[in-house]
Amino acid sequence: MTQQQPILELKNVTSAYGRIKAIREVSLKVYPGEVVSIIGANGAGKSTTLMSICGVLHPEQGEVWYDGVRIDGLASDLLPARGLCQVPEGRRIFPRLSVEENLDMGAFFRKDAAAIDHDKNRVFQLFPILQERRKQYGGTLSGGEQQMLAMGRALMSRPRLLLLDEPSLGLAPLIVQQIFRIIREINEADGVTVVLVEQNANLALKSSSRGYVLETGNVVMEDSAEALLANPDIRKAYLGE
Amino acid sequence: MTIRVSKLWFGYALAMAWFYVLLWPLLGIKADGLEFGASFAIWSKVAVASAILLGLYQLKKVGAFGFVERPAKVVGKAAGAVAARVPTWVALALVAAVAVAFPFFTERYAHDVAISVLVYIILGLGLNVVVGLAGLLDLGYIAFFGVGAYTYALLSVHFGLSFWLCLPIAGGFAAIAGCIIGYPTLRMRGDYLAIVTLGFGEIVRIVINNWMSLTNGPNGILGIKAPGIYWWNGKGFEHMLLNSLEQLYYIILALAVFTIVAVYRLNHSRIGRAFEAVREDQTAAELMGVDTLRIKLLAYALGAVFGGLAGTFFAARMKFVSPESFTFIESAMVLSMVVLGGMGSIPGVILGAVTLIALPEVFRGFELYRMFVFGGVMAGMMIFRPKGLWPAKRMGARSEERE
Amino acid sequence: MEFFLQQLVNGITLGGVYALVALGYTMVYGIIQLINFAHGEIYAAGGYMGVILISWLFAQGFPPFVCLGAALVLAMGYCALLAMAVEKLAYQPLRQSSRLSVLLSALGMSIFLQNGLMLTQGVYDRAYPTEMVQGGFELGTVMISYMQCIIVGVTALLLVALNVLVYKTRIGKAMRATAQDKTMSALVGINSSRIISLTFAIGAGLAAAAGIMVGLYYGSVRYDMGFVPGIKAFSAAVLGGIGNITGAMLGGLLIGMIEVFAAGYISSEYKDVFAFIILIAVLYFMPTGIMGENVDDTRV
Repeated sequence: MTQQQPILELKNVTSAYGRIKAIREVSLKVYPGEVVSIIGANGAGKSTTLMSICGVLHPEQGEVWYDGVRIDGLASDLLPARGLCQVPEGRRIFPRLSVEENLDMGAFFRKDAAAIDHDKNRVFQLFPILQERRKQYGGTLSGGEQQMLAMGRALMSRPRLLLLDEPSLGLAPLIVQQIFRIIREINEADGVTVVLVEQNANLALKSSSRGYVLETGNVVMEDSAEALLANPDIRKAYLGE
Repeated sequence: MTIRVSKLWFGYALAMAWFYVLLWPLLGIKADGLEFGASFAIWSKVAVASAILLGLYQLKKVGAFGFVERPAKVVGKAAGAVAARVPTWVALALVAAVAVAFPFFTERYAHDVAISVLVYIILGLGLNVVVGLAGLLDLGYIAFFGVGAYTYALLSVHFGLSFWLCLPIAGGFAAIAGCIIGYPTLRMRGDYLAIVTLGFGEIVRIVINNWMSLTNGPNGILGIKAPGIYWWNGKGFEHMLLNSLEQLYYIILALAVFTIVAVYRLNHSRIGRAFEAVREDQTAAELMGVDTLRIKLLAYALGAVFGGLAGTFFAARMKFVSPESFTFIESAMVLSMVVLGGMGSIPGVILGAVTLIALPEVFRGFELYRMFVFGGVMAGMMIFRPKGLWPAKRMGARSEERE
Repeated sequence: MEFFLQQLVNGITLGGVYALVALGYTMVYGIIQLINFAHGEIYAAGGYMGVILISWLFAQGFPPFVCLGAALVLAMGYCALLAMAVEKLAYQPLRQSSRLSVLLSALGMSIFLQNGLMLTQGVYDRAYPTEMVQGGFELGTVMISYMQCIIVGVTALLLVALNVLVYKTRIGKAMRATAQDKTMSALVGINSSRIISLTFAIGAGLAAAAGIMVGLYYGSVRYDMGFVPGIKAFSAAVLGGIGNITGAMLGGLLIGMIEVFAAGYISSEYKDVFAFIILIAVLYFMPTGIMGENVDDTRV
């Protein structure tokens, strides 16, 4: 796998909010077909890393390469069409758009009506509840349904690389399991590469092949998921043992 | 580099084409046919001027002016160092001396302009309390000026009350008007306040315009008395009216100095800090125990007082008031002074008033273009120098910088 | 009764016009939380473009309806370009600045455009060639002029078209998405600058139509005609719930009715005051308006 060209690579990326540096010299690689976890405590810079990839935040230093192209100067709205898609923290569905309209927005840049319909049906297959609530405003959904909608919306763009920010946050355990099952499914069945940012390290690492550990804006560890799960420091710091 | 240069010029070409499309129909489509000359003449001037500016900007970017800029910077720094060594009181004394001596070496016309400038300085400083200190955008400020002017006009014409007595009364009325207008509006978020004060300003003008029995409507009120004083004439004290422009100049100068001192003191008082707290973060201020509604109301009333004082003087100086002096354009003018000079900065507001009133007098021939230029400058200032020509010092980091 | 019905007809006519202008305010406020003070001037520019184009087309010998239709379309396009230029120059560079800065910039643009109109068009009223559509008919005891029919018809058509655009099309959905969450809409690939520009263009087009309607209704335009109707239309937008499109339409109709009835039954001198009083009352007692979504007080 390591001989392959990485689909996403960060080279020494430093990003800041104003004068406060949120991440420092973060480097990471993601290869096609992988599920990679980024774990770390609150405020470690996980979301900042994703925002720096997606062009919401432009890095002060360093480079972001996606699919052989340097993207750190690009506006964020150009990325979905290249197959890079993010489900941000807090899901951020459009509250006063209906469920179906939310999905349509996921396919905003696409013009192929028939394929869009096909993908919508596929999303409804993955998340049948969304079909039931098709006409409802997004803001009226429950937390779990909103997470499903956010993921469904992301899938509507036919991503090749999906960035998921805290998909388990605030959800009931049963729903979390369902969400993670679907993450695995889209990875395996559709071949979507996934970067998973999680505070729930146990869960994240168990669904991943590799993981990065972020602490106060720095990458402090990088290893295969099994190794990280077995690492006593990690078990102590993030798995509550 | 070359790519960016050509992109800039491409943008320029697009903007100029766009501009012509917007300009031509206004000037070139006539009932009797289409015409291109007039619009092209204007367009070409604008195009050449902006091309030169753009070229200069690019040269500056690549450092072509280093040979001028570097020495200029050194000189500027040296001058700044010298200026910093001169104590503030010396500078102030100099300014005061010039202000006092002004009527002796100038003519009538200059007195007239100076009086206008001073009236606007008071208005600007009053509005500055509301906008600059408390951060409340007030677009109907001139209403208080009107309230002050009409208070004195009516009291003087109907009851013969003197200017000096009416000064505090008018200030009080303006403050009351400020509270009446302020109370229902101050709970609103900032930008709603702007439109409501705009509406209130219009209401005051419409009422003055239509309340014939009280205000004589659009015809205005005539026969207002000038300020009087008791003067030693050799035998005893004699009452005399200060009709001459020099005398009026000194009165308004005194009022302006009073305003400057009052606003300065206010700025550095506990209340002034409360104003700033409300401006920077209302929720935080409230949590720290600031009664935000009362503080805002106070800012509003205090601002109104200065408007009322200026209005009283205005009525006494013109000896005539009519609703026409209190239109929205006047509010906008005072606001542009505050913005141009620097919100919250006393010297800034003074500079703004001098610039906006005196400068157009120099360019008399362009009278018609005055508001046109104001509008453009106001928008431009927000983009290129949002803190004004002479920014306030004590304001610390402002919310817009942190964002 | 007859007087009442007559006023009702006049109120609907005027209210429709306010609704058109109010939509521009509400859409722009909805998407970038700015009171676009220059909107009243765009409306005035529309009124002028109307009279300029109609006079020219009429002089070329085109039939009245062709003149009206062509002038309407061209003036709407003109104002859309004008508003986009204003947005690009005066608002877009300030996207990261404080709201006070943008508001002042908008105020500056309003003064700039108003005086620009004055400089190019003169300070005096300019008469519309209203003689091209004359007459009317009586419905019971109420007199309805053909001009009023045209105004109400065009207004209704535009309102329907806007509703379709905003609620049925892909671009309309993108506009609503951008208004609700700009970061997220960028993450799904929506270019928010372009959507904002488009919002200004659509609002301006509607305002231009309103300017022409008013020119036809009152028979003349003036360089400062945008100021007071601008405030009234903004009041209408607030009354309907700022950011809400249906609300702006309703609010516009209501403000128009109130103005006409207040002028007819209470006092015509103070007719302008009523709209302001409603504005203040609504903001004080019902800040979310009749259709409004929650307006968050902490976002100032």
